[in-house]
Amino acid sequence: MYARLCTWKTILRICLEERLVYRGDFALGTLMRFLPIVTQIFLWSAIFAARSEDTLAGYTYHDMVAYYLLTMVARAFSSMPGLASGIALQIRTGEIKKFIIQPIDLLGFLLLNRIAHKAVYYTVATLPFAFVFFLCRDYFEISPDLPRVAAFVASLLMGFLLGYFLEASIGLIGFWFLEVSSLLFVYMLFSFFLSGHMFPLDMLPEPFHTLVDLSPLKYMAYFPAAILLGKIPAESLVPELALEAAWLAFFVVLSRYLYRRGLTRYSGFGG
Amino acid sequence: MSDQPSYWKVFLTFARNSLVRDMTFRVNFLIQCVTSMCWALMNLGFYLLIFHYTAQIGPDSGWGKHEFFVFLATTWMINSVVQAFFMPNAQEFSELIRTGGLDFALLKPIDTQFLISFQKVEWSSLSNFGVALVLLAYSLWELTHRAADPLVINPAMALLYPMYLAFGVCILYSLMISLAATSIWLGRNQTLYNFWFYITNFSRYPMEIYQGGFGDPLRIVFTYLIPILVVVNVPARLLAQPISSRDSWAPLAAFAVVATVGSLLGSRWVFKRALLSYRSASS
Repeated sequence: MYARLCTWKTILRICLEERLVYRGDFALGTLMRFLPIVTQIFLWSAIFAARSEDTLAGYTYHDMVAYYLLTMVARAFSSMPGLASGIALQIRTGEIKKFIIQPIDLLGFLLLNRIAHKAVYYTVATLPFAFVFFLCRDYFEISPDLPRVAAFVASLLMGFLLGYFLEASIGLIGFWFLEVSSLLFVYMLFSFFLSGHMFPLDMLPEPFHTLVDLSPLKYMAYFPAAILLGKIPAESLVPELALEAAWLAFFVVLSRYLYRRGLTRYSGFGG
Repeated sequence: MSDQPSYWKVFLTFARNSLVRDMTFRVNFLIQCVTSMCWALMNLGFYLLIFHYTAQIGPDSGWGKHEFFVFLATTWMINSVVQAFFMPNAQEFSELIRTGGLDFALLKPIDTQFLISFQKVEWSSLSNFGVALVLLAYSLWELTHRAADPLVINPAMALLYPMYLAFGVCILYSLMISLAATSIWLGRNQTLYNFWFYITNFSRYPMEIYQGGFGDPLRIVFTYLIPILVVVNVPARLLAQPISSRDSWAPLAAFAVVATVGSLLGSRWVFKRALLSYRSASS
């Protein structure tokens, strides 16, 4: 057990050092990522100005701006750039052999890698995030109680794990398809529009709203933001979080299953 | 035989070569076409959702559903042309500088800017041009056949619209080639695409939405300093809101011509200056 902890610590340290090489570029990139939100703010301001009512699908203008900022936080947890394509590439090039030979678990190793990646990201990105949130502080007309904040934090952490195991599952399909880029593209397309990254999912008309509400994609962006903004009633918080945990368990089992089945199919040649 | 190469013939060769390469992997080409069309359609879905809640974008701006769809179609057309002809080349240019491959381009007896701007054509990007044409035709049909105050398209509009589309493409090209040229100074410019996306993001909406203490300076900067707001706004407005009495857009349309010429000359200057600083990366 102690040896395993040491291994994890070493992996984390290596990944942390690797990620901190380009920190200046990183901070600037994070700040630039807020630029599209500027246009979104203007767009929604124009939309609200043209309407006679103050709210749209239950959102005031200030809610809407706060929503977009909060989805940025949620996406910072749940997005996994390069994970699925990286796994598929390792399968294709045969690099995955090293996980078969060495006593290291692929999914565990990559998870630690992501944790390190995210830890560095939050350390460097906290400043730009704090700066933008400070500038936009007037848009947050919320005073969440402790359970709501706890639910928000839980949804962010589960969002991270859900994003990881979902994308890992897509990458592991590479055992069968080798090239998953078109599959990944379909996932990205749906994830971009149906995770709530583009607009609050409450805007969707029926039956789309119910369908999207049941999908795991909403936990990637919409759900944490909606919790903090009070769009999820207090009594639904626990059932909703339980549903998220169920989706998470499903993708953990699925990725394990795919990895095990995939390895039996896999054949590596040469050095 | 003249010493001057025939630029048109060279361009046609580039275009043909790219098409041959695309047709070698036909399924891949088809998938690329379908995927870029899917993004466009999803985007359209987003705006349909918005117009489910509001009659127009901005109070009294005149950008109702179908007017805005003309705007959207214009954005897609300009972007698809830029993506088909210039985007792959600008990305390649940064790579040429880093690897020292630019040496070979400099040695060729043809204008370097022409060579690196047109070498590759990504034909699949033009699929969005087709989608845009359909959307444009549909929106114009709706606008010209509405009961109240139907739109009348006159020959001048039909002539000026494609002209301003071309101007828009020229402005975006100038911006892109200037950005790509900066990689000569920076060594490598991997964030080029990101930066490009973030900047052009501002051009995707009618300029009326940029209002208020923060919006007015933003609008002025992106209209007169970096003229990306005129790229789509002028042609779209020309077609969708020709008789707007709110503010006369004629000065803006005239400025668009100046901006196009200025951008092209400016980018040419930046490109030449950047080339002077080029120190080959090879041994």
